[in-house]
Amino acid sequence: MIYALIPLLPLTAFLILGLAGRHINARAHLVAVPAVLLSLALSVGAFIEVASGSVISLPLYTWLTSGTLDIHIGLHIDRLTAVMLLLVTGVSSLVHVYTIGYMHGDPGYARFFGYIALFTFSMLMLVLADNLLQLFVFWEAVGLCSYLLIGHWYERASACAAATKAFLVNRVGDFGFMLGLLLVWYSFGSLNYLDIFPALHEATEVTMNLLGPFGGTWEVSVFTLIALLLFTGAVGKSAQVPLHVWLPDAMEGPTPISALIHAATMVTAGVFMVARLAPIYNLSPTAMSVVAITGAVTMVLGATIALTQTDIKRVVAYSTVSQLGYMIMACGLGAYASGMYHLLTHGAFKALLFLGCGSVIIALHHEQDMRHMGGLKDKLPITYWTFVVGSLALAGFPLTAGFFSKDDILVSAWSSGDLGRTLTLLGLLTALLTAFYSFRLVFVTFWGTSHVDPHHAEHLHEPSRTITTPLIILAVFSVLTGYLGIPSFLEPIFQTGGEPAVPHGSDGLMIMAAATAMGLIGMAAAYYVYVLNPDLPERLARQWGRLYRGSLNKWYVDEAYDCLFVRPTLAAASKLWKHVDVHVIDGTVNGIARAITWGGWLLRLVQSGQTQHYALAMAVGIVVLTAYLLL
Amino acid sequence: MTGFPWLTVLVVLPLAGAIAVFAANERSIKVTALAVAVANLLISLPLWWLFDASSGEMQFVESARWIPSLSINYRLGLDGISLPLVLMTTVLMPLCILISWHSIEIRMRSFMAMLLIMESAMIGVFTALDFVLFYVFWEAMLIPMYLLIGIWGGPNRLYAAIKFLLYTLAGSVLLLVAILVLYFQGGQTFDILQLSQGTYSHSLQFWLFLAFFAAFAVKVPMFPFHTWLPDAHVEAPTAGSVILASVLLKMGTYGFLRFSLPMLPDASQAFTPVMVVLSIVAIIYGAYMALAQSDLKKLIAYSSVSHMGFVTLGLFMFNIQGIEGAVMQMVNHGITTGGLFLCVGMIYERTHSRQIADNTGLTKPMPRYATFLVIFSLSSLGLPGTNSFVGEFMILAGAFLWSKIATAFALLGIILAAAYLLWMVQRVAFGVPDPHILPKLRDVNLREMITVVPLVVLIFVIGIFPNPILTRMHPSVEKVIARVFPPAAEHASVIPRMTPFTPSVERITAPTGPMFSQETKTASEGRP
Repeated sequence: MIYALIPLLPLTAFLILGLAGRHINARAHLVAVPAVLLSLALSVGAFIEVASGSVISLPLYTWLTSGTLDIHIGLHIDRLTAVMLLLVTGVSSLVHVYTIGYMHGDPGYARFFGYIALFTFSMLMLVLADNLLQLFVFWEAVGLCSYLLIGHWYERASACAAATKAFLVNRVGDFGFMLGLLLVWYSFGSLNYLDIFPALHEATEVTMNLLGPFGGTWEVSVFTLIALLLFTGAVGKSAQVPLHVWLPDAMEGPTPISALIHAATMVTAGVFMVARLAPIYNLSPTAMSVVAITGAVTMVLGATIALTQTDIKRVVAYSTVSQLGYMIMACGLGAYASGMYHLLTHGAFKALLFLGCGSVIIALHHEQDMRHMGGLKDKLPITYWTFVVGSLALAGFPLTAGFFSKDDILVSAWSSGDLGRTLTLLGLLTALLTAFYSFRLVFVTFWGTSHVDPHHAEHLHEPSRTITTPLIILAVFSVLTGYLGIPSFLEPIFQTGGEPAVPHGSDGLMIMAAATAMGLIGMAAAYYVYVLNPDLPERLARQWGRLYRGSLNKWYVDEAYDCLFVRPTLAAASKLWKHVDVHVIDGTVNGIARAITWGGWLLRLVQSGQTQHYALAMAVGIVVLTAYLLL
Repeated sequence: MTGFPWLTVLVVLPLAGAIAVFAANERSIKVTALAVAVANLLISLPLWWLFDASSGEMQFVESARWIPSLSINYRLGLDGISLPLVLMTTVLMPLCILISWHSIEIRMRSFMAMLLIMESAMIGVFTALDFVLFYVFWEAMLIPMYLLIGIWGGPNRLYAAIKFLLYTLAGSVLLLVAILVLYFQGGQTFDILQLSQGTYSHSLQFWLFLAFFAAFAVKVPMFPFHTWLPDAHVEAPTAGSVILASVLLKMGTYGFLRFSLPMLPDASQAFTPVMVVLSIVAIIYGAYMALAQSDLKKLIAYSSVSHMGFVTLGLFMFNIQGIEGAVMQMVNHGITTGGLFLCVGMIYERTHSRQIADNTGLTKPMPRYATFLVIFSLSSLGLPGTNSFVGEFMILAGAFLWSKIATAFALLGIILAAAYLLWMVQRVAFGVPDPHILPKLRDVNLREMITVVPLVVLIFVIGIFPNPILTRMHPSVEKVIARVFPPAAEHASVIPRMTPFTPSVERITAPTGPMFSQETKTASEGRP
């Protein structure tokens, strides 16, 4: 029962800050930080209990009952949940501490703490859910927190637009999630994982005729349908192509939430969902291929865009998109444990990179453009060294955590059939690009000559301890998580009685060597381009003008969506209103009213009140009547 | 049952209050009105606990002979469907009086009296068990509403008031005809419960359904009979808008549920495809209309068209999820949209404009106001954890059993709802305020807090604990379903496991009987 406190503590912190934030303001961290630290401690307890092999189930209350729609809110902790609990509470704790320094003096200090506490609660409930509806409810709730936090600086138009965009793009994904969820309920009469999974084998033959209502025939396995619909939600939340467009814009939010929500935790919810529902995905090879290919496309696309961005947070954001692609691809190839492994290591090193960016940004008084940085490594030594550790992990440098987890994905991919082999090659290519852009970031920001605004350059110094301490801790974890045996810890959950884990052998060594080589080549290339020949980038950009502009403008996806969806929708709405609603429908209504008025006026002419008119009418009537009777 | 005449008190007290308001001296008008509304609220609250949730029968029934020669009786009663609606009404009335405290500049006395008369009539409609009595209350609602818009409305108030009156009156006339026909066909009685047990021939049901449809579809309002709503809302004073959106629109859907479904089960089935199509058109069309608006009240008015489309969709699913979801959604729409109109009223009092472009960047000068606006908007767009999600989710679940494609279309409305509401929030709440209006933007005061906080609390309580309402509703809704669509009741309670896709195919084809081709025609041209 004590584990119910894991989510409830942050919720309490949120309620206190929400109701009394005005009075607490500058002391808000005294409420939020202890709450989340206690949650972390309890999560460690839960982890230890689960690691010994047990599964914790904790029903809370009945949410709604209506016929067979019977939904209970409850907590379910198995190994998969346990590692997520550690990741969420761990990163959240560090971000809470970091926020004390980063948001110091912000007018919305208490509000900010309230929202990240609410986020922590929602994210914990999401991973703790024991049924799909609860997952969905908190899936939306984390989206709400993301919306509120992206728009934290609400006076900035770009921040508000980014917040709305994030919510809307996710809604599009949730459209599919909701349909998938209803289809699960329809097919199995329940939304509880523990009711659905054992019943799956009964329905392996069930198909659904998609074209039935139109008279056609297109039989699709119900699992394919469920898996793909639910995956639409993951595509939105985990920023996969084609719904990746919201994540880079989400960088308008304060940097601590970029680290917590838009790198380490919320955006990985899609990966978590696919892993959680692995038994369903395993039954649909079609859906798995779609998942894998979506992941791979995202992985490559994200990396190519990250190459040219100049805003440091956007470089890291696109790198997140790309790394999420790795994880999704791994899940699509059946290597759930590898995907989750990368999720966890990525959580550490990506949070580190974002917080490092934040440290730079705050030292430079909210400057985010790389072109106005340079030569920072002596001024910000702790930030620099931890940033290098994070970048090495991202680039997959040997013996860092990122090296192990990325390698794990590529090896598993290689040994999972033809599609897997093709995607492995893409993965290797992306590894090269990743190493290149991450060290481009390091070299341009921290090395070379300083392009810092001279006003700020004089008193440039390392930010306070609340900012640097989380960096150091995360740097340690960016290496350490590689040695904790996470894949073997997670592997048992995904064993569904099928074939055992993939044999590694010499192929494994070959892939490992190739991946390492790619990483080193990428780093060397970045060194060659940005350190040895500082004028080379500009020449390259001119030489490959079209490609360069494409990458710089994110392959014009936003522009395409604007032309294809946003503007036509608004135009259609306005046209429909003016022409159909006002003219046709209301026009008809007013027309009827006018016709009646006019009819009344006509009839009134007849009733003139003059006797001779009536006499005339009578006479005419008699004539007509007689004529009619005679003829 | 206790001997206390709960429902009569609820109906009569506001009426007596209206008289008291006329008699009160100038200074105590508002206080008297408020006291009456609060007293009515306090009297209605015990019903929640006294109500026997295990019974689907009418409770707290009161009966008295009225016109014996025509067997017209005074009969009131409450079941699990009307209970939440009555409570919603009594909760909203004090808030409506409070929000009008300073905004009504002329004839305060009559205004408050009209609000109270309105309350009597609305509670009467929800509790009447005699058709004549029902019709009296139904028509009695029109007059105060007509005056509320026509006297205290905006610049174009006369047009809007007359449009509202004629539109609804045209529907009501057909309702009266239908009631008389039922009287003669159903054994010379006006007893609603008795009429709900009768069986009527198919062709009679067909015509009666159309007559009911004319009355109820205008009230809901269903597409394409909705154009009175934006005009009425824009011109009505805030309290009028709140009553209109929160309670009056529910009369239409309540009518479908209380009369069309149980009295005309075969016609209801036959008309299902038409009703579903009209509902989905309303959901999507209303949302599109809302996207195009620059006036806050019009935006919310069109969003009501969209949200009420969900209610009619749920009702005609004939399964427990759909109908219970529909009733939930009626209550939720009342709370949420009422809240949104209160918010618009507050900002109108300050800046004297309802244009989105004139009210921007309100978070900085009015943080509490912005918080409320965001909460109501999030509820309106169906965010999980808020009340609307419960209703929408249940309706979608019910619809999914009937047709997956219909569900997918309805879901599109939810995406669009997020679009128009968040875009509105982005423009109104966020950004930088216009320096010209800045001095006028003082934050929500205590009186205004009292008007919105109860709704905010309800939004979250219902969103997180919907089951207490649903348990009170189950028996009554099951009774309706058993009456309308006996096989559907089975489908609703037992989902055929592992043969998931057969029932929907049957259900899609089943209602497409010989009546179908005529109906599509009549539905599209059935305007007065």
